[in-house]
Amino acid sequence: MDGVAYTGIPSLQELSSCPGVPSEERMNKGRVAVIECVQEIPCNPCVATCKFGAISMKGEITSLPCLDGDRCTGCGQCIAQCPGLAITVINRNYSETEATVDFPYEYLPLPQKGDIVDAVNRAGETVCRGKVDRVVRQPSYEGTSVISLIIPKQYFNEVRSMKRLERP
Amino acid sequence: MRVIEHPVLGPLKPRREITIFFNGAPIQAFEDEPVAAALINAGVKAFRRTPKRREPRGVFCAIGRCTDCMMVIDGIPNVRTCITGAKDGMRVETQDGLVRRKR
Amino acid sequence: MEKISADIVIIGAGPAGLCAAVQAAGSGARVIVVDENKRPGGQLFKQIHKFFGSREHSAGVRGYRIGEQLLEKVEKSSAQVMLDSLVYGLMPDKSMGLIHSGKSYLLEAPKIIIAAGAKENYMAFPGSTLPGVMGAGAAQTMVNINRVLPGEKIVMLGSGNVGLIVSYQLLQAGAEVVAVVEGAPKIGGYGVHAAKLRRAGVPIYVSHTIKRAIGADCVTGVEIAQVDSKWKIVPGTEQHLNADTVCLAVGLNPMTELAWMCGCRFVYIPSFGGHVPLHDENMETTVPGVYVAGDITGVEEASCAMEEGNLAGIFAAQALGYYTQEQAQEKKQDVIRRLDELRSGYFGKIRRESKKKQIDAMHRYLSLVAKAGVK
Repeated sequence: MDGVAYTGIPSLQELSSCPGVPSEERMNKGRVAVIECVQEIPCNPCVATCKFGAISMKGEITSLPCLDGDRCTGCGQCIAQCPGLAITVINRNYSETEATVDFPYEYLPLPQKGDIVDAVNRAGETVCRGKVDRVVRQPSYEGTSVISLIIPKQYFNEVRSMKRLERP
Repeated sequence: MRVIEHPVLGPLKPRREITIFFNGAPIQAFEDEPVAAALINAGVKAFRRTPKRREPRGVFCAIGRCTDCMMVIDGIPNVRTCITGAKDGMRVETQDGLVRRKR
Repeated sequence: MEKISADIVIIGAGPAGLCAAVQAAGSGARVIVVDENKRPGGQLFKQIHKFFGSREHSAGVRGYRIGEQLLEKVEKSSAQVMLDSLVYGLMPDKSMGLIHSGKSYLLEAPKIIIAAGAKENYMAFPGSTLPGVMGAGAAQTMVNINRVLPGEKIVMLGSGNVGLIVSYQLLQAGAEVVAVVEGAPKIGGYGVHAAKLRRAGVPIYVSHTIKRAIGADCVTGVEIAQVDSKWKIVPGTEQHLNADTVCLAVGLNPMTELAWMCGCRFVYIPSFGGHVPLHDENMETTVPGVYVAGDITGVEEASCAMEEGNLAGIFAAQALGYYTQEQAQEKKQDVIRRLDELRSGYFGKIRRESKKKQIDAMHRYLSLVAKAGVK
C-alpha cells in the first residue's frame, strides 16, 4: 500500500496534489519553499510565520497549507517553524550542475560548513553526496537547525535530508 | 549510557556526583536522580527476581505506577527505584521475591 | 487526623490540573492542587517536541516550555500546590484521604477536580517480562528527564503518535531504533512523524507484531512476524532483529480509580482507552461537585487536557459563585472553540465522536435519574 499513512513516505500522488508543493515553473525560478504536508492535522504555524503571506489555509486549521509561489522568496524562515519538519527550501538552479536543499535537522553532531555528507531521500536511502553550504541556528528556531546542502542538480526532488553523523 | 549532549535539551547541567552501592559494588550517580536511572546507566538490567519462578524484572513504567522496579534500599524492601532519589552511600540490593522487612 | 480544607481541590498537577488551578484561582477561589510526585507537570516536561495546533494552542512551542510557562502562571496565582502528596481515597461523601511526607490528613472541599491522567498499556508476548521491555513513556522519561539511554538498539511496538515521537526522541538521544512495528495495516500516528523516522533510516513494519523477545536475564533479540487481517501471525514470516530494548507504545488507559471510588458512573469507549467517567459539557461527573479533566476522561493529547482543565476550573469556580454565569459562559466559548479545532480533521474525528458519545451518555443518565425521581 502506498502513501504516507502506510509507509511514512508521501506517494507521488500525494505530492503531486499537495497545495504546498510549488509548480515546476516556479521551481525553475530560484529558491522556493516546498511544504510536503499531505495530511489534515490541526496545525498552522507556517501560515503565521511567513512574512510575505505566501502560505495560506482555506478555512479550518486542518486544511493543507497552500504555497503562493509568486509571493514566496525562499527566505527559509518557515523551515524551522513547522512542528512536523515537513518544509524544505529548494533552489533547483543554484548553478549549471547543482541544486541546493535547505532542510531542518535536530540531531547531533551537526556538520560543519564545507563537509561532504551523504544526502538521503524520503526513505532514508543515500542517493548522492552533498556539500554543506550553511548550518543555521537561531534563537527563534528553538533548537532546530537548518542545513543548506549543495547536491548534483538531478536529485533536487529526492534529497530531503542527510544521513546522521556518528556520535563521538 | 549518559546523554551528555542533546540537540534540543542542550548539554547536561553539572550536578553533584555521589556514589551508591549495588550489591556492594560502587556506582556513580547524580544526587537525587532516580536510583533506577543510575542503575540503568551503569548497565544493570535485572532489579529483582519474582517469588515463584525467580524470573528477572527491570523497569517498566518509570513513573512509580507498576512496581516492577522494586529493590531493597538501605535494608527496606519494596522500594520503587524509579521514583526514589539517590543519596550518597545508599545501599541498593537485588530484591529476591517478596521480602519481609527486617525488624 | 489533621484536616485540610479548600474551596476547590485538584487531584493531579499535570497540564489539565494546572490549567484548572489557574482558572479557578483566578476567580478568587481557594485552590489546592495535590500531586503524588515530587515535581509538577505530569508527563508534560518530557515532551521535547514542538506542539501542533494553532498559535493559541502554543503551536511550535516545545512541550517542556509550555510546561514552564504554565508553572509560572500557577506560581503567580493564589493556588497552593502540594507535592509528594498522595490522595489514596475519594469517598462517596467527597472527603479525601491524603498522605503527605508520610503523614495522614483528611482533605475536604465542596468541589473536586480529578485530573489523574492515564497510564501505559501492556502487551504480553513470550519474553515480555524481561528486563529491557518497557513502556514507550518510560523510555521517554529516561532519555528526556533522566538523561540516560535505556538501551542502545530499540524496537518500538506501536506506531501511534507516542510510538513515533518517542522513537524520534530516542534517535535524538543517540540510540539506534532498529524498527517500528505496527499490527494494523496503517501507521497510527501523523504521517509527518513517520516521515522523520523514514528519513533517518528507521524501517516501519505495518501488519507486523512481536512474536517474542529473546534473552535469559534481559532482552538480547526480538522476533517479529507478519499478521493477517485477523491479527493472527502468518507462519513463515518471522524475522530476527538484534535489539536490547523493546518499547511498548500500545495505548494509554485512564487512571480512574478515584472516580470509581466516589461512585461516578462510567461508559466504555475503546478509542478513549477503556472505561471513562461520564461528564457534561462543563466537565462535571454524575457525582455532584466532582469534575474530571484531561486524559482521565479519555486519552487525547496534552493540548486537549489543558483546555478540559480550563473548563473544569471555570465551572467549579462558577458553581461556588466565584464567577458569574455570564463570565463562565464567555470564558467557555473560547475554550470550546479551541477544543473543536483540536478535535478536527482525520485524526480528530474519532475523538470528537467519542467525546460526544460520552457527554450524550451523561445526559441520558441524568434524564433517567430525573425520571426515577432519585436525588
